[in-house]
Amino acid sequence: MEVNYFILSFVLIPLIGFITSLLTPEKKENTISRLAFLVVLFQLISVVLFISFWIFSGAESFNIKEIVLYSSKEYEFLIDIYFDEITAVYLFVGSFVSLLITRYSAYYMHMELGFKRFFNTILFFFLGYNFTVLSGNFETLFIGWEILGISSFLLIAFYRDRYLPVRNAVKVFSIYRIGDVGIFLAMWASHHLWHENITFYKLQNYDLVHEHLSGHSLIGIIISLGILIAASAKSAAFPFSSWLPRAMEGPTPSSAVFYGSLSVHFGVFLLLRTFPFWEHQISVRILIGLVGLITALTAFLITGVQATIKTKIAYASIAQIGIMFIEIALGLETLALIHFAGNAFLRTYQLLVSPSVVSYQIRDQFYHFKTYRNVQFPKFLKRFESTFYVLSLKEWYLDVFMQKWIFFPVKRIGKYLHFITIKNVFFIFIPIYISGIILLENQQIINAEILGFLPGLLAFMGMLMVFKSFSEKENPYLAWVLILINHFWVALAVSFNEHFEFAETFIYLSGISIASIIGFICLFTLKKREPEFFNLKMYFGHVYQYPILSLVFLISSLGIMGFPITLSFIGEDLIFSHIKAAQYALAFFYSISFVFGGIAAIRMYARLFLGPHCKPTHEISLKSS
Amino acid sequence: MNENQSVFNEISTLNHLRHYLPHQAPLKDFIHHNTLHAFQNKSFHEGVQQASEIFGYRVYLELKQFRKLFEQEKINKNILLKVIADKKGKDQTDFWFTKMCHHNYDTSIKGKLGQIRQYWRKSVSINLDKVVHPLLFRVCGAYLDQGISIWKFPIHKDGFLASIQQLEKSSLRSLIKSKRAISLLLSPETTITGLLHILVGNEALFENYLFDQQFAHPGWSGMAAVLEHQPEGLLDYRKISLHDFVFFELILEIEYLDSILGTEWKPLAQQAEIDAANIFEKPAYSELFDVLSLWQEAMEWSFYDPILKGLQIKRNEVPVKTPALQAIFCIDDRECSIRRHVEIVIEGSETFGSAGFFNAEFYFQPEHGNFYTKVCPAPLTPKYIIKESEARVRHKKDAIFGQSSHSILGGWISAPTMGFLSAFKLAYNIFMPSESPVMVSSSKHMDKNGKLKIQAAEKPAVENGLQVGYTLQEMTDRIEGLFRSIGLLESFAPIVYIVGHGASSVNNTHYAGYDCGACSGRAGSVNARVVAAMANNAEVRKLLTERGIRIPETTQFLGALHDTTKDEIVWYDLDILNPDNKSLHAAYSKSFQHALDLNAKERSRRFLLMDTNAPAAEIHKKVKKRALSLFEPRPEWNHATNAMCIVGQRKNNKHLFLDRRSFLNSYDYSKDPTGKYLQNILRAVAPVCGGINLEYYFSRVDNARLGAGTKLPHNVIGLFAVANGMDGDLRTGLPRQMINIHEPLRIIVIVEHYPEIVEDAIHTNEATYEWFKNSWVHLVALHPETKQLYHFKNEAFIAYEPLADFPKQAKNLDEIFESSSESLPVYELLNA
Repeated sequence: MEVNYFILSFVLIPLIGFITSLLTPEKKENTISRLAFLVVLFQLISVVLFISFWIFSGAESFNIKEIVLYSSKEYEFLIDIYFDEITAVYLFVGSFVSLLITRYSAYYMHMELGFKRFFNTILFFFLGYNFTVLSGNFETLFIGWEILGISSFLLIAFYRDRYLPVRNAVKVFSIYRIGDVGIFLAMWASHHLWHENITFYKLQNYDLVHEHLSGHSLIGIIISLGILIAASAKSAAFPFSSWLPRAMEGPTPSSAVFYGSLSVHFGVFLLLRTFPFWEHQISVRILIGLVGLITALTAFLITGVQATIKTKIAYASIAQIGIMFIEIALGLETLALIHFAGNAFLRTYQLLVSPSVVSYQIRDQFYHFKTYRNVQFPKFLKRFESTFYVLSLKEWYLDVFMQKWIFFPVKRIGKYLHFITIKNVFFIFIPIYISGIILLENQQIINAEILGFLPGLLAFMGMLMVFKSFSEKENPYLAWVLILINHFWVALAVSFNEHFEFAETFIYLSGISIASIIGFICLFTLKKREPEFFNLKMYFGHVYQYPILSLVFLISSLGIMGFPITLSFIGEDLIFSHIKAAQYALAFFYSISFVFGGIAAIRMYARLFLGPHCKPTHEISLKSS
Repeated sequence: MNENQSVFNEISTLNHLRHYLPHQAPLKDFIHHNTLHAFQNKSFHEGVQQASEIFGYRVYLELKQFRKLFEQEKINKNILLKVIADKKGKDQTDFWFTKMCHHNYDTSIKGKLGQIRQYWRKSVSINLDKVVHPLLFRVCGAYLDQGISIWKFPIHKDGFLASIQQLEKSSLRSLIKSKRAISLLLSPETTITGLLHILVGNEALFENYLFDQQFAHPGWSGMAAVLEHQPEGLLDYRKISLHDFVFFELILEIEYLDSILGTEWKPLAQQAEIDAANIFEKPAYSELFDVLSLWQEAMEWSFYDPILKGLQIKRNEVPVKTPALQAIFCIDDRECSIRRHVEIVIEGSETFGSAGFFNAEFYFQPEHGNFYTKVCPAPLTPKYIIKESEARVRHKKDAIFGQSSHSILGGWISAPTMGFLSAFKLAYNIFMPSESPVMVSSSKHMDKNGKLKIQAAEKPAVENGLQVGYTLQEMTDRIEGLFRSIGLLESFAPIVYIVGHGASSVNNTHYAGYDCGACSGRAGSVNARVVAAMANNAEVRKLLTERGIRIPETTQFLGALHDTTKDEIVWYDLDILNPDNKSLHAAYSKSFQHALDLNAKERSRRFLLMDTNAPAAEIHKKVKKRALSLFEPRPEWNHATNAMCIVGQRKNNKHLFLDRRSFLNSYDYSKDPTGKYLQNILRAVAPVCGGINLEYYFSRVDNARLGAGTKLPHNVIGLFAVANGMDGDLRTGLPRQMINIHEPLRIIVIVEHYPEIVEDAIHTNEATYEWFKNSWVHLVALHPETKQLYHFKNEAFIAYEPLADFPKQAKNLDEIFESSSESLPVYELLNA
C-alpha cells in the first residue's frame, strides 16, 4: 500500500508546487524560480529512488486504482495509475529535462515580463506530464492530455502582446484538439468493447483483448484509428507536422522542453502505452508503420530546406518521431524508448544552444569555406530535384492541408448560418429545445424510427451551433452562448437514450453552466468598458489593461470546454457511456462539437484578450514581428 | 511624393524606401548606428517627431515615465525650469510647468502607414500579409541562407529574381499557383510599375502603397537593401536587391488575390475612394511633442549639469616626471572604470584613451582563414593587410551543429550516442559553466603565440589590391598620429601598454556588437599588438625623433587585450621585454589583476542576481562565469548607460567618478593649437559614439519597433539575422536584454579647447557637422584656462553656467558599489 502513496506523490508534488507557485507574489523572482527548481529536483530524486527500488524488486508492471471519482450502477470514473518500464523511462526523462530547464530559466528569464507566469506554466505542464505518464486508463490519461494542451497554448502565447505567437498558439491548440477527437472516439468505443473503464494494465492480458476483439473488429479498428489520430496530432506526425515549427514562439527553454523533447513525444507514448491493444491487428500495425514512414520522409525533405535553426531542429525531430512510429509498429518497444530518450536530450540541447549557431558556423565558414554545390543531377532528374525543393519549401502543403480541409469547411458552414443571432437563439431555439424536452417526456407519440434518428439529429444541431460560434466575427455574446447551447443539445440528445438520469445530466451541465455564467459576466464587463473594441474580427489584447478579467475569462473558457476543473469533465465521459454502440453519428457529432467548442472558446479568449493591444499608448510590436 | 507629381518613378521611390528602411548589416558585422539616420538632416526634436508621426515609432520615454522620474527627483526641478525658460521665455515657465506635470494628453501614436493597403481588408476582406509574408520570408531566407539549410536554394548568378525564375521554370510544381502571376514572374517585360498598375491602378498611390507594403516587414526589406550595397556582409555571396525583393512580393500579392478572386478583380483604386496623402509632409505643431522634448532636455541636463560642474574643479597636481607606466586604452565607455582602478592601484601610472584601432587601419587575415577581416572603424577603407602565421588551430568542431543529426539515419544514430552525451554536456554546463567550442572568446581572434607580418618587404607585396604590412614611413605616420592626438610626446614610462578590448559570450547572436566598435566589431588585439611592434621598431623611433618625438631607448611598448566580459588581460610578445622591464611587468601584471578584480566588483553591482558584498576576487570568479553560461542573456552590459564623451586631458577628469558612462578620449589642446588632430578625433567620435548612443537610445524608447524586442524567443535566420518564431520579420536594433538599465540620454561630447577652435574643427566635415548642428549629439567646449563652459546651440557656442553645486566627495567607492544597483551621481574622488 505504501507504494500506492509513493506513486501518488509523483502527481502530488507537481500539483502542490504548481499551486504554491500560483500563490507566490510576482515580484519575488528568486522564490518563484527556486520553488520550481526544488519541486522538480525533489521529483527527480523520488523518481530515481523509486525506479531503483522497483527494478531491485523485480520490475513488475503494476496497476493502482487510486481514486473513484464517481460511481453508479454500471459506471465508474476512477483515477487509475499504471507503472511499467515505459512509465519509468518517461518519468525519468521528464524530470531530468525539466530540472535542467528550470535551472536554466531562472537566469535566462531574469527581468522578463511574465517571469512568474512562465514558471507557473512550466509547473502546470510538469503536472500534466506526470499525470499523463502515470495514467492507467484513458480517462486519467485524458486529464493529463488536457493539461498538456492548455499549458502548451499558454507557453506558445507567452508573448501575448504580439500577433504571431497568439495566432500560432490558437493554431497549435486547434490541432491538438482535433487530435482529441481520436482519444474521444477511443474512449467511447472502449466503453462498448469492455463495458467498463478499461485499464492499460488489463490491455496486457492477451486473452482478454483477443476475446473482446473477436466479433468486434470494427470497434477495434475505430479505437486503434482514434489512438493513431491522437498520437499523430500530439507528435506532429503526418499530416499534422506543420504545427511543430510554428510552436517555436515562446522563450527558447520552453520551446526546448515542449517541442524539442517532452510534449512532442506524447504521441509515441500513447502508441507505446496502447501497443498490446493493437498488437494483433496487423492492418493497424501496417498503417502506423506507414504513417511513420511518410512522416519521416516528408519531415526529412522539409528539414533540408529550412533556413532557420529552430524549424530545422523541429523537422529533424519529427523525422525521428516518424522512425519511432515504425519501431513501435515493428514491436521494438525498447528501441523506441531509447530512441525517445536520446532524441529528447539531443533536441533539447540543440535548441538551447541554437543562438550559438551564428558565431560557430560563421567561424567555421571563415576557416573552412567551400562553395556549396548541390549534387549535380542529370537533366531529367534536375526537374524532380527542383520540384521536390519547391514542395519542401511549401512544406508539402501540410499547413495548407489543415486549413483547407479542416478549418476552412467549418468556417464556411458557420458562414451559411449567418441567420443565427442572439434574438433567434432565444426566440426560436429555446422553444424548439423546450418542445424537445416535452417530446422527451412523451416519447410514445413519435414513431420509433424517427426516435432513432432524433439523438443524432439533436447532436448535429449542437454541432452546427458550435460551428457558428467558431466562425462568428461580430458578437462575442452569441459565440459564447452557442458553445453553451451545444452542451444542452447534447444532453437532450443523450436523454433520449434510456438510463440517462437527471443526476447525470446535472453533473454534465453544472460546471459548464457555472463557467458560462462567469464568462458572461466577464464579457458584459468588458463590453461596458470597451464598447469600441468588442468583437471577434481581430485581436484586441485587452489583457494589457484588464489582466484579472482576462484570467477569469480564461478559467471560464476552460470550464465551458469541459476542462477537468469542474464536474462536467466526468459528465463528458458519462455521456459516452450512454451513447450506444450503434450510434456512430451521435458519437461523431458529439466529439466534433466538443472539439470545436473548445477551439471556439480559446479563439474567443485569444481574440478579445491577447494579441497587440488595441490602444497604441505604449510600445506595440508590428504584426509581422 | 508631391501631389502634383503624376508619374511614378520606380527608381526614385526605391531610393526613397531604402533611405528610410533599417540600415543594419548581417549579424557578423553588427555595428551600432543611429537608428533614425534618415532624419538626421533635421534637428533632433523635429526629426524624431516626424519619424514618430510617419512610422508610429515612440521616440521619447512615455509621458508618465518622465513624470515619475521627476517625482523621484531624477529630473531636477531647477534644471527643468531653466529648460523651459530657455525655450519658452521666463514668463512662460509656470504655464509650461503645469502642462508638463499635470495636463492630460492623448499619448496614442498610430503612424501614417497602412492607409492604403488596409483597403484589401476593408473592400474585399482579404488579409494579404497572412499568406504572402510567410512564403516571401521563407523563399528569401532560403536564398540568402549562409549555412543552416542542408539543401541549398538553386542559386542563379543574376540574383534573387533570376534564381526564382530559374526554379519556377525547372520545377514541375509551381511555387505559385496563378497562371497570370507565373507569366508575370517569367516575362522580361514585367516591371514594378506594371505590377502596381494591376494591384493599385492609380499612379499617385504607388509610392505610398510600397511604403505600406515594405514597412509591414521593415526587417526583411532593410536586409535586402543593405545587402544590395554591402554584399560582403555575407561570406557566401548572394546577389539581391530591393527591386527584386519588392518585385517578388508584388507577384505574390497578385497570385494570392488571383487564387481567391479569380483574375477578374479590379485594382484597389477602383474598389475604394483612396486619397493620395503626402505622408512626408512637415509635421504640424504638437503640444505633446513639445512637452516631451522639454522633458527630454530636462532629463538630459539634470544629468549633464553636475558633471560639467565637476569638470570645472581645478586641481593642483605636481606633474610626475616619469610615470611608473603608461597605458593606452580604447575610448570605450567600458574602459572608463578599469582605467580608474589601474590609476589608483598602481601609483604613478598614467592612462590614455584613443579609438581602439590605435590609428592603425588594416585588414587582418588569421592563419587558416579564408577571408579578410576589417579591423578599423567602419567608414575607413584600409589599404593594408596584416597576416598571421605559425598560429595553432583555434576553431574546434562541435558535432551538435553538424548537419548529420538532421538526416533520418544520422538522427537515428545520433539519438542514442550524441543525444545521451548532450544530456551530460547540458547538465554540466548548467551546473558548472565552462569553456566549449560553442562560445565566442575574445582571445581567439588572434593566436597570442602566432606571428604577424607587420613590416612590409622592401618591395611591398600586394595581395588583392592590399599591401602586405606597412613600410617604415607608413608605420611612423601611424605612431606619430596616435601620439600627437593623445598628447603623449614626452615623459615616456619604461613600459607603455597598448590595450585593445574584446568580449566573450555564449549563446549570443549579437556578439559582434560587444567587441570593439572602432575595430568594426572585432577584438582590438591585433591592432594593439601591431601598434606596439611598430613603436618598438628602432627604425621607426629614429624617424620619430626626426619628427620631434623622442622615445627613450629603455621605453618598451607592450600590446594587450582586455576582455570586458571576463575582466581578463592577455599580454602579447612578452619576450621582447628587457630584463628591467620584465621585472617591472611582473609586478605590474599582478597589480593589473587586482585592478581587474575591483573592476569586476564595480560591474557586479549592475548584475542583480549576484552578491556584491563578497570580496572582489570572489566576485570576479562569478563574473567570469557569465561569459561561459548558456543561460546568461546578459554576459555584460556592453554600452548600456553610456551618456557622455570627454575629449581632453585625463588629468582634468580623473578626479571624477563617471560610473562607466563616459567615452574618454585623451587630447592635449596645448599640443594641438590649430585643432588639426581634434578634427580627426571628432570625425570618429560623432558617428561612433553618437551611433552607439542613439542606437541604445532608440532601442530603449521603443524596443518593440526600433529595438529587437526580447531576445529570449529569437530564432536564427540563415546565420545573418534573428526573428521571432518561424514566420516573423527580421528584428533590427538591440534586444531588450541589452537595454534594460539604459537611460535614454543623448550623448554629450565635452571638448577641452577654445570654443573657436572647436567650432572650426567641427566645420571641416559636413557629415560630422550635421551631428552637432542638429543636436543629435550635444557639444560643449570647456575653456582650458578659464574652465568656462560653452554649449553649442543653434550653430553657435553660448556660455553655460552649471546650476549644480560641486559634486559630493566619495570616500569609499566600495561601499557605494555594495549599496546601490542604480545609476550613481558624479562624485569627486579624493584619492585620485
